[in-house]
Amino acid sequence: MQVNRTKQIGNYLLLSVIAIILMVPLLLGISLSLSSSSSISQGNLFPQKLVFSNYVRVFTDTHMAQFLLHSLIVSGVVMIGQLVLSILAAYAFVFLDFKFKKTAFVIFLSTMMLPFESQIIPNFNLMRDLNLLNTYSAMALPFLASAFGTFMIKTSFEQLPPELKQLSQIEGLSHFQFITKVVMPYCKISLITFALYSFLTNWNMYLWPLISTDNDKVRTAQIGLRQMRAQDTASNWGLIMAATIIVVIPTMLIIFFGQKYFKNGLTSGVIK
Amino acid sequence: MQKKQNLLALVLLLPSIVVLGMFVFYPMIKTFWLITQLTDLMGNPIKFVGFKNFINLFHSDSFMTSITVTMIFVIATSIFTVLCAYFLAILASKKMRGMGLFRTIFSATMGISVTVASILWLFMFNPQIGLFSKVLAALHLPDVNWLSDPVWALVAIIGTTVWMNIGFAFLILLGAVQAIPTDLYQVADLNGASKWLRLRKITLPATEPTLFFVMVVTLINAFQTFGQVDILTAGGPDYHTNLLVYSIYQDAFVNHTIGRASAESVVLTVIIMIFTFIQFYLNKRKAAKYAG
Repeated sequence: MQVNRTKQIGNYLLLSVIAIILMVPLLLGISLSLSSSSSISQGNLFPQKLVFSNYVRVFTDTHMAQFLLHSLIVSGVVMIGQLVLSILAAYAFVFLDFKFKKTAFVIFLSTMMLPFESQIIPNFNLMRDLNLLNTYSAMALPFLASAFGTFMIKTSFEQLPPELKQLSQIEGLSHFQFITKVVMPYCKISLITFALYSFLTNWNMYLWPLISTDNDKVRTAQIGLRQMRAQDTASNWGLIMAATIIVVIPTMLIIFFGQKYFKNGLTSGVIK
Repeated sequence: MQKKQNLLALVLLLPSIVVLGMFVFYPMIKTFWLITQLTDLMGNPIKFVGFKNFINLFHSDSFMTSITVTMIFVIATSIFTVLCAYFLAILASKKMRGMGLFRTIFSATMGISVTVASILWLFMFNPQIGLFSKVLAALHLPDVNWLSDPVWALVAIIGTTVWMNIGFAFLILLGAVQAIPTDLYQVADLNGASKWLRLRKITLPATEPTLFFVMVVTLINAFQTFGQVDILTAGGPDYHTNLLVYSIYQDAFVNHTIGRASAESVVLTVIIMIFTFIQFYLNKRKAAKYAG
């Protein structure tokens, strides 16, 4: 028994040490965000006196509040778009029999092996020619459809018991009623998982918002952070870290509350 | 009846197909076409040049540096990510009180964006006040210019990326380790098997398909790395952290050499396609393993 006790304490100790090491970058960021600039420039990693002025200054001295709103709009629109379009497509693949089903499936599948990074030049030119640079549309449009989402939701639709489908037919439900009253409630967990995943990915997007915008009117929070880093890291670590922590809070909340969804959803539904 | 189903399917699939057609297939085809073109500063094609952009690319020293560091980066990042995440997954698979908290912490980096991670690490690498310089000073070791030394800058980007990737890899591997039936371990315990033997004979074989799967997913993501480079080093010093996607970005939007950037894009596409095929294959194998 004594041996087991010691072993267990050892395990906790090891786990805690690793957890702290993993979190050092984030903890240091929080620590700096609560330090005054004089304290940081003297080389202190921890605040000599707790100050919250950095957080206040993020909202008074920078455009970060505006950028956060832009991020929220773009991520929200893309999330809803991906969810709706993926549900529609997944429904067709699972519950309908139609010509060229195999071909359509391959079309969706093949988009998953084409990296977006190699399409940025024509996409940029297209947005420029459509006069859409520096708009929410430019940032959202290319991502409204998601093959990954379609497959994840398709996998979950396939789990629906066939009796429910038969019962709905006997009841005379229309396709629309069947989707909204039977399929979606039954597959709620997968839909939530994908919605969270989608929001997270869009919130964190970097390359495309950087290319498709070049002014403050629509700039997202991620690009706002990049801008702050370019302007004044040397003197303003406290301010930058405060902005960084503010930007990471929404996604951290999603991870903490959505962890069980992600674990089940991503391991079972992932790219099947 | 059949006609009605065809029509309905078309209506349901059309929105996705239009979006994918406009923003995935059309740009992809255009990229392949652009490699045969010489373009002006606005990216408008001027003249057909055949495979000249490709030939020039492979004769360019900066591209060779770029592709070499990309390979080193991708391999190192994937190996370290999988090793760290696997170790954490085995550690966190034990049934102990409060394990949920540790699992949340280990997977937390999944929610951290490239920008946030890079800025956090930018401070760690700061030569005057950063953590690493302080640690080196405390150990009386010579200081390292993390982001301006050609070798250490790549190491810095690898470190940042591994840290970012651990969360996702951990979560997937944890699922695989937890799926191993516990009676296998009980038999091993009865026979007095050592920890090492248990790992080699039970854990590794049972999780091998998932390990390869995570490895390939990490490889694919690593090839698409951009933000870390943009924020930490801007490709420098002297192209030594000029990873493939950063190089595409620079050539397209800073140097305005669209033909060259398109050729690089095609190289990236081919690489990603190969690994995605491998990933599909591994995923099938993984599914088969867990079904049987």
